[in-house]
Amino acid sequence: MAIDLLIGAIKAIVILLLVLNLSAVLLWFERKGSALIQDRVGANRAAIFGVGKRLGLPNLGLQNTLMADPLKLFTKEDFVPEGADKFLHALGPFLALFPVLVTFAVVPIGDVFHIGGHTVELRAAPINAGALYVLATIGIGVYGVALGGWASNNRWALLGGVRATAQMISYEIAMGLAIIALVITYGTLDLQDIVRQQGGVWFGWLPRWGIFLQPVAFVMLLTAGMAESKRVPFDLPEGESELIAGYFTEYSGGKQAAFMLTDFAEVVLVAVLLSLFFFGGWQVPWLYRDGFHFGSHALLLPRALVIIMGVIAFWIKVVSFCWLQILVRWTLPRFRYDQLMALGWKGLVPLGLLNVLVTAFIVVLATGAAR
Amino acid sequence: MPVALFIFLATVSIISALGVVVQKSPIHCLLALILTLVTIGALFVALDAVTVGFLQIIVYVGAIMVLFLFVIWLLNLQAEPVPIGHLGLKFFATIAVAAMAAELFAFLARTKVALKAVTVAPGYGSIDSLAQTLFGQYLMAFETTSILLLVAVIGAVAVARRALPERSSSPKGGVAS
Repeated sequence: MAIDLLIGAIKAIVILLLVLNLSAVLLWFERKGSALIQDRVGANRAAIFGVGKRLGLPNLGLQNTLMADPLKLFTKEDFVPEGADKFLHALGPFLALFPVLVTFAVVPIGDVFHIGGHTVELRAAPINAGALYVLATIGIGVYGVALGGWASNNRWALLGGVRATAQMISYEIAMGLAIIALVITYGTLDLQDIVRQQGGVWFGWLPRWGIFLQPVAFVMLLTAGMAESKRVPFDLPEGESELIAGYFTEYSGGKQAAFMLTDFAEVVLVAVLLSLFFFGGWQVPWLYRDGFHFGSHALLLPRALVIIMGVIAFWIKVVSFCWLQILVRWTLPRFRYDQLMALGWKGLVPLGLLNVLVTAFIVVLATGAAR
Repeated sequence: MPVALFIFLATVSIISALGVVVQKSPIHCLLALILTLVTIGALFVALDAVTVGFLQIIVYVGAIMVLFLFVIWLLNLQAEPVPIGHLGLKFFATIAVAAMAAELFAFLARTKVALKAVTVAPGYGSIDSLAQTLFGQYLMAFETTSILLLVAVIGAVAVARRALPERSSSPKGGVAS
């Protein structure tokens, strides 16, 4: 019993740390990625004591992002504007960050394995209604931004908060519809089960990934997810040219860092959801429980190696989708507000309803024929 | 469900429910209400009603409370001293509350609480069993409710749309979209 609790705690902490670290590294990714796209060098300063230079290493600017910036942010004055609601102003950033981080509890990062009589599943909380849990936590995520913007006693911040709230609840519907279509396709809400169903191949070579079953839902989840993370081209809540910095205009220091971390954690969350639902999660193409099988060829591998490869494959997929989102962020210009709402309500919602309808028809016809 | 967990969740939900009534600022009341709904959702989950628990959070916290927030913003509600009224009103309010409390306590005292552990079938509270009940036993009621809601939505849209022609034909001559 105690050892099971210990295993659970370790899993929760490891997954949380993975996500937090990936979010921090994403900031560096974004700096270097934007530099790459705009033909600049990007972050390349702040060599601490010149250690890297003395060893002849190129200065990649990791120290700026991972050490100098957090140090700067957390040693700054924590400013609360006059007339602000102090309690809500302090609560805002954490109310935004918390729901995103707890969502990762239901994400399966690997297969189930047995060790010393214990069954260990590489997922912090084995909830079998995982898809619903994801929708619930994303739904709570609105409040941090909304209340943070309101509590700042600043019109730009309030406008940013209102915009963020309207945008997030609009795109939540599209996201929910995409997930409903997926749930109908897989017939389960359990994320581990959804990943498991994506193992194996069609026609002897094509991996059974969700992208081939639900391409429309993929586009919808990607779009809605990017809108949820409030980044360019959906960054109207921040809109520097219009609202200074939107809902976090009046935040400084650690609280501002929490808002920034929320953004990147949301990017990771979208990438995680996309790889879980559409790209087989921890499934490696043609890799089965006992090793690679391709046609009649087989390369047998030990079970532990297979599981480790699965975990690595999952994070490779996640990082690729984070990279895709950074590419989009530095490629597209910002939407106008009416375009944003039109895309959400007139584009994605009807498309999602149609997708659910068609999916349900096909599933009923297929399972009806099977019975 | 572990008793400690139940006591924790129940305490938090009752305290936050009190907070809804006691606090002055409407936004703080809203936040307390959100906390109440989240803890009630957690209680559902702890009672194996996982689907109902998450739906509670998705529907109430994720949608309806956001609507409340927008209403508070749009009406620009501030923390205002509540008009307490004159002495007579206070007097009757006190009597009414006391009568209500007495009635509740009398009712509770007469109710025999049967604390018996009930074993539930495996899969109880899962989305499967919920769907079987909803789309089997209560199909008619479910469909009727959905049609009723649809009618209400269409009615709301129709009522809201009627304002459009008036606005375009107003003396100021609004720009027709």
